[in-house]
Amino acid sequence: MAEAQNIPAGSTTAGAIAVAAESTVATRMSAPPSFDVADFPVPHGREEEWRFTPLARLRGLHDGTAVADGTMKAQIDAPEGVTVESVERGDARIGKAGTPVDRIAAQAFSSFAKATVVTVPKEAVLTEPVRVSLHGEGGTTFGHTVFDVQAFAEAVIVIDHTGDGVRAANVDFLVGDGAKLTVVSVQDWDDTAVHCSQHNALIGRDATFKSIVVTFGGDLVRLHPRVSYAGPGGEAELLGLYFTDADQHQEHRLLVTHDAPHCKSHVVYKGALQGEGAHAVWIGDVLIEKSAEGTDTYEMNRNLVLTDGARVDSVPNLEIETGEIVGAGHASATGRFDDEQLFYLQARGIPADEARRLVVRGFFAELVQQIGVDDIEERLLAKIETELEASV
Amino acid sequence: MATLEIHDLHVSVEAENGAREILKGVDLTVKAGETHAIMGPNGSGKSTLAYSLAGHPKYTITGGTVTLDGEDVLEMSVDERARAGVFLAMQYPVEVPGVSVSNFLRTSATAIRGEAPKLRTWVKEVKSAMEQLQMDPAFAERNVNEGFSGGEKKRHEILQLELLKPKIAILDETDSGLDVDALRIVSEGVNRVRESGEVGTLLITHYTRILRYIKPDFVHVFANGRIAESGGAELADQLEAEGYDKYVKGGATA
Repeated sequence: MAEAQNIPAGSTTAGAIAVAAESTVATRMSAPPSFDVADFPVPHGREEEWRFTPLARLRGLHDGTAVADGTMKAQIDAPEGVTVESVERGDARIGKAGTPVDRIAAQAFSSFAKATVVTVPKEAVLTEPVRVSLHGEGGTTFGHTVFDVQAFAEAVIVIDHTGDGVRAANVDFLVGDGAKLTVVSVQDWDDTAVHCSQHNALIGRDATFKSIVVTFGGDLVRLHPRVSYAGPGGEAELLGLYFTDADQHQEHRLLVTHDAPHCKSHVVYKGALQGEGAHAVWIGDVLIEKSAEGTDTYEMNRNLVLTDGARVDSVPNLEIETGEIVGAGHASATGRFDDEQLFYLQARGIPADEARRLVVRGFFAELVQQIGVDDIEERLLAKIETELEASV
Repeated sequence: MATLEIHDLHVSVEAENGAREILKGVDLTVKAGETHAIMGPNGSGKSTLAYSLAGHPKYTITGGTVTLDGEDVLEMSVDERARAGVFLAMQYPVEVPGVSVSNFLRTSATAIRGEAPKLRTWVKEVKSAMEQLQMDPAFAERNVNEGFSGGEKKRHEILQLELLKPKIAILDETDSGLDVDALRIVSEGVNRVRESGEVGTLLITHYTRILRYIKPDFVHVFANGRIAESGGAELADQLEAEGYDKYVKGGATA
């Protein structure tokens, strides 16, 4: 359940568990999901889903003033057997995994020119990851990508975001029956980039979906990783790691909708923050619908605040409409790397900068080890070292 | 042979109504091979002395000197003091989530020794030290002090003492909260380190109980921020019989 300890000034951690109550996940949103941007009012900032986000830094993505004037260099390295298509917006696979839930996702849907569909055919077991590299070269771009991983296929997909630009996108993951998909999305943007993206995963019967979201860069990053189930027996593991520096806003808003019986979801997001104006937001919503008997779910968010001036808002929410479940729980904690810990480590001869590194490495290590993609693990550990060097 | 010299040490802390002086002129010399017990009532400044020597940022040195073999300790950062050979076994060791005991010990030993200990000998060294302190090997994989019982925390402190082999060991109420068995095990650990003859020990305690296991060469009574009386081991017996009353009253009327 929600726990809090040693919370840094200004940070909040609030959680709720509602049983058989009116759905707050649904009523909190200012408009129901829609593919049409016109169905969403322009946010003013006090709405539940916008209250943590600095609208002024969205570069007009939220109010219709952003126009597609930029370049996003895309490169897709797909192993043999995987097809990559550019399709028109009428394609039936687009939007099948989920519907935009806020104005920016709807704006992205209404504005993209052509969608990309990457297909891993039925029963194909890939030995190499599909690598998607998106490098921003300035300006605003909108995108829509569908990853169609068909029945009993097994794949690892790495989506890498670098460079500068303003990006709004929807990414759909169709995970076929019995398929196994691991997706790593790395947000390693320049510090000036703005990125808002909705990730929709629709998990087939007995399928396994593992998502790893890694956010380091950007001026503002706001992601919506979302999961729902197309049949019973599906499993979702959502892992996240973020390192929020001075003046960065990094927001992860998750929703797992248990709408089929005997499915599992396990969510672990961990973040470290340092520097004045660093702001991390984590919203973890889990909805267990009446039909979802036998659900097993747990979600956790941990934050480690390394310096003064950083702020975390962490809000786990769990709604349960059936009592016939295996388990449901959540935890959120935000703690400081405090002077007493530093003193203890220093009193054992460990210099201050190394002490900080030791603690942060330890904090992330367990999560990094679960990624299972070697070059990504190495890159993350190297990136964490770089971040830490910048801080001391 | 190492010598710690404390001369006329004055220390204050920031309190609500300004700085408050806690140590009011402490003089003490501790040499390698010697064990000094510092005893005194609660609030007399014993722990302040321990933390000031280790360099805790909460305490401000307002006067006096501390040298280790002639080097100015007060000029050193916390980690420099540790590397120079000052070790503080804490009364309330801090939890460090995410850092395993084995990783912590190795990082610390590397810092103190100036090079990473050879893996093979290191594993043996840690294992045998843990066995002597009757610590479960699974302990090494737990996070530093996280969820440790009071006794486990103290054993972990003494484990570090044994592995880091300081010149000056300051034990801050290591006996507090321990049952008789744990006290004996912890004391045996301290005695193993003392037997080398290469460490000067400053044993800070409220009770005489631990002195049955660790025999001091000198006993100092701490009252009102300074050493009120010094003597041999017999002074502890006197305190056991008479308590701290005469020092507390003396302090109050001074």
